[in-house]
Amino acid sequence: MSAEQHIKLPEGSIEKTTTTLNLGPTHPATHGVFQNIVELDGERIVSAEQTVGYIHRAFEKIAERRPFYQITTLTDRLNYCSSPINNMGWHLTVEKLLGLKLPKRVDYLRVIIMELARISDHLICNSVVGVDSGAFTGFLYVMQYRELIYEIYEEICGSRLTTNMGRIGGFERNFSNAAWEKLEKFMAEYPAVLKEFENLFTRNRIFMERTIGAGPISADRALNYGFTGPNLRAAGVDYDVRVHSPYSSYEDFEFDIPVGSTGDCYDRFLVREEEMWQSMRIIEQAYRKIQDMKGAEAEVYHADAPEYYLPPKEDVYTKMEALIWHFKIIMGETQIPPGEVYLPVEGGNGELGFYLISDGGRTPYRLHFRRPCFIYYQAYSELTKGAMLSDAIIVMSSLNLIAGEMDA
Amino acid sequence: MPGTTLSNETIKERLIAKFGEQLSHFEEPYGLLTFEAPKEMNLKVLQFLFDDEELRFRFLTDLTAVHYPGQAGRELAVVYHLHNLVDNIRLRLKVFTSIEQPDIFTATQLYSAANWMERETYDFFGVNFVGHPNLKRILNVDEMDYFPLRKEYPLEEQTRIDKDDAMFGRGELPAAAGAGPAETPREANEPRTPASGTPGEGPQKQDWDTNTTKVS
Repeated sequence: MSAEQHIKLPEGSIEKTTTTLNLGPTHPATHGVFQNIVELDGERIVSAEQTVGYIHRAFEKIAERRPFYQITTLTDRLNYCSSPINNMGWHLTVEKLLGLKLPKRVDYLRVIIMELARISDHLICNSVVGVDSGAFTGFLYVMQYRELIYEIYEEICGSRLTTNMGRIGGFERNFSNAAWEKLEKFMAEYPAVLKEFENLFTRNRIFMERTIGAGPISADRALNYGFTGPNLRAAGVDYDVRVHSPYSSYEDFEFDIPVGSTGDCYDRFLVREEEMWQSMRIIEQAYRKIQDMKGAEAEVYHADAPEYYLPPKEDVYTKMEALIWHFKIIMGETQIPPGEVYLPVEGGNGELGFYLISDGGRTPYRLHFRRPCFIYYQAYSELTKGAMLSDAIIVMSSLNLIAGEMDA
Repeated sequence: MPGTTLSNETIKERLIAKFGEQLSHFEEPYGLLTFEAPKEMNLKVLQFLFDDEELRFRFLTDLTAVHYPGQAGRELAVVYHLHNLVDNIRLRLKVFTSIEQPDIFTATQLYSAANWMERETYDFFGVNFVGHPNLKRILNVDEMDYFPLRKEYPLEEQTRIDKDDAMFGRGELPAAAGAGPAETPREANEPRTPASGTPGEGPQKQDWDTNTTKVS
């Protein structure tokens, strides 16, 4: 046998003083498939390089071949922890393109759903920050209320996670009594649970020492990196799309925008906690407004737009116009105006934007999703420079990185 | 809602005062001021919008591209969405380039957010951002040798041989029945030469318009 080396070491690797650690893509601490290659000097991170694209599913290309009502299922799978927000954002984009006006009740129903989704997303993020710092109890305890939120989705649209909820012009059916009962149960029981969850973490010394000072970012750097959402608000900038570019009647609601100061993990945790309280506030106001509606106004759940909203099936089988509308909508023969529209919504992670260019055909000419996770993950190497490896894990989970939104 | 003392009109006036005839195609689709600049000037315009104390467009919301195969010499459009967070005004800047030489100056010096957004645009469209620190593919595999979101590349992989395109409305239907004894399922599943092209080549270019039904 020749004295050949069986293991080929890269050039200069014997002399190297740092360790290369490959975090992911399959790793229990990375919540989703994305990779981090960190150079470690002992336990300190010298540099980090991110690789994404493990769950890239070519949504933007697929969308060019799908009629508008079929793209909702693609948007589900962006930030899958809060898919109703993505769905509603897409519906709003198409409604803006078409110039549809929606009744207030539809807007308020959408607000309830979007805020429930935001609560679900923030619950997942905050409890997972707890898990990553070693505290599993919070995660399992709030799971019960995440389940209740999923059951509410199930009553409304049939699915729990990737909801495909609503239609262009409203909802596919009115909220059932079971949905309202579950919502009322949630509104009654959840605040106490959130209080207990807060008690577990907010003034917990171990948690505070793990998260305070981990991965801070200044407001200027955050803005330059394109941060939006809770991560930007933790850095001190009170930019919230619901206030700056209100959609779906958010201007009718009264709520506060929590803002942090240093942008570290603790601030992000606190901002998300407080946003959950504010979301509860919005849900209660929307619920009150809907209960106060009387008569015909209280039964409406979609816009009066027969060219874009499918007629009820009984009418399709009995009435000629309904049959024709049904055919035209499904086959994509309806009039879609050419134009380009950009509509941002406040997703769980920040400004989720939909840039839609229509050429008058039944599919978009170009659809681009402005995905907040993708944009702020770039800053990860700057956030973790010089930090310990365990801080890097906490930073990763407190940024609420959802792989589906990162790659699309 | 934050106050809006700045208006689309003022922005347009300031831009024309600074750059004159070089900027063109001012429109306001759905209320968002959109305009076009020559590609050599993209950084000058972005820098002006950033530095100016009245305009203050200091947030890069989005950077992407669109492919218009019909416009010779101007096929690729790089679209910047900017946002003035203080006065709450958005802006859209489009920069056109030809597909033979799609070089655009990178905006990473001004906006760190542009780093990955430009990588994604390169990955999907092949736009070469001059001066980018790390211009390589981000979402697709590194070995990919084509730019998938360009209109000539169809959605499905052309190297698949188990799907008969004719049954899906693309390509020619096979010869009529009676052309020979029926194949057994085993034989039918053996790999055979596909209707178009040979396996192993990259995806076949196709008329991008085939599957879009335009409403007359």
